[in-house]
Amino acid sequence: MRRVAITGMGAICALGKNVAEFAQALAEGRPGIGPIESADVSQIRFQNGAEVKGYTHAPYFDDRRADFIDRFAQFAVIAAREAIADAGIQWTPDLRESAAIVTGSCVGGQSTEDIGFHEVYKLGHNRVHPLTIPKTMANAGASHISMEFGITGPSFTLSTACSSAAHAIGQAFWMVRSGATGLAIAGGSEAPFSFGILKAWEAMRVVSPDTCRPFSKDRHGMILGEGGAMLVLEPLEAAQARGARIHAEIVGLGMSADAGHITQPSAEGAARAIRAALRDAHLAPEAIGYINAHGTGTPANDPTETAAIRAVFGAHAGRLAISSTKSMHGHALGASAALECLATALALRDGLLPPTANYREPDPQCDLDVIPNVARAARVEYALSNSFAFGGLNAVLALRAV
Amino acid sequence: MSDELIQRVMKAIATTKRIPVESVTIDSNFLELGIDSMDAVEILFALENEFDINIPDEEVRSVRGIRQMCEGVERLVLAKSAAAKVPE
Repeated sequence: MRRVAITGMGAICALGKNVAEFAQALAEGRPGIGPIESADVSQIRFQNGAEVKGYTHAPYFDDRRADFIDRFAQFAVIAAREAIADAGIQWTPDLRESAAIVTGSCVGGQSTEDIGFHEVYKLGHNRVHPLTIPKTMANAGASHISMEFGITGPSFTLSTACSSAAHAIGQAFWMVRSGATGLAIAGGSEAPFSFGILKAWEAMRVVSPDTCRPFSKDRHGMILGEGGAMLVLEPLEAAQARGARIHAEIVGLGMSADAGHITQPSAEGAARAIRAALRDAHLAPEAIGYINAHGTGTPANDPTETAAIRAVFGAHAGRLAISSTKSMHGHALGASAALECLATALALRDGLLPPTANYREPDPQCDLDVIPNVARAARVEYALSNSFAFGGLNAVLALRAV
Repeated sequence: MSDELIQRVMKAIATTKRIPVESVTIDSNFLELGIDSMDAVEILFALENEFDINIPDEEVRSVRGIRQMCEGVERLVLAKSAAAKVPE
């Protein structure tokens, strides 16, 4: 089987409108969390989110094209453009025909749907805008990427809540590794800031009233985020042969289902996904030096994730560095795992482990080295990126420094 | 057909398609204006809102140009005002 290189990376999120800005914010431990501006939150119990500040489509899409593309799919295209440019892909007819696109999204274009349903339910209008369906469909990100670049190979979208992008990147990784495709664009995007969606999250009582403090004893929940991140994956040998810059390798994917509760996380389910990723990568637990945690900052997730890591790594858990970058880019749902896989690749490439921001108080139930508040210079060879979704569907990616 | 109706139809088309209203004439057809099937559906939505009418699917199947579209809108507007007078 072939080794798989990450040769291109793109991102847009609360931390910046490209990978360089994203990396800079992570290095500084600077959260992109603030008062929500893109939706009216006067009737919502929480006020803060991790938005792409001041985003408008104008620099990226002409008005008519933007009419057709919900904000979540715009983020997918913007991130894909950067990743493809970064990889320096020279498109040929054969490459266009064989390249794959795998995207993840949790809510897709539900913000567009929310507006349309407001028209008919609340305002009593008789009709919904005819672009509501093509803007809402969760695969719109993959579709618009394929249209923009003329990519006609296997393209699809996965939706597994907060694990969506990890499953997506993982499938793309397996497709490149097996030889099913010679190039894949994979990641996720999300834009959940609309009134109806925010109300639904409010009702879950999992969103923090102030900020996201993963693993900190005084944590009060997650902070919703938005954005997109995309990776270009290629066989390592082919990438080396064409002189591409290789940011990192993806070496393993592990998946599991809790088969327990629809929202309550399970340490056993999480542990099985981590073990599966190690097995897929042929790694001993002791090889791992850093874990980008799922780390939502909810009371339930962080102790459960800690228990899962202790179960898998035993004594080595005490020597691992772990951080939750959701403390900075928020929980961008179906885009989260893509942002976090990107953060993990940057950590390996640059020898700088991103911190867990907003950390104040140790919690005996989360007694791991969580890199509080300040990034740490460290050369790590292997790292994991954890994603444990609502619905108990888990995906863990294993990465290797080049 | 009144000029006012024609102007309103052409403005709805130009606004939806985001093209200059001067580029739309009564004799334009959809092909010339680059109006595809999805654009057409959006234009119908705009016209329904603009004239407060409901445009049935069977009304639109054969429409290929602006003149036909104006005629169809006029017919529906007249039918609506006739229906509104019935209670008297």
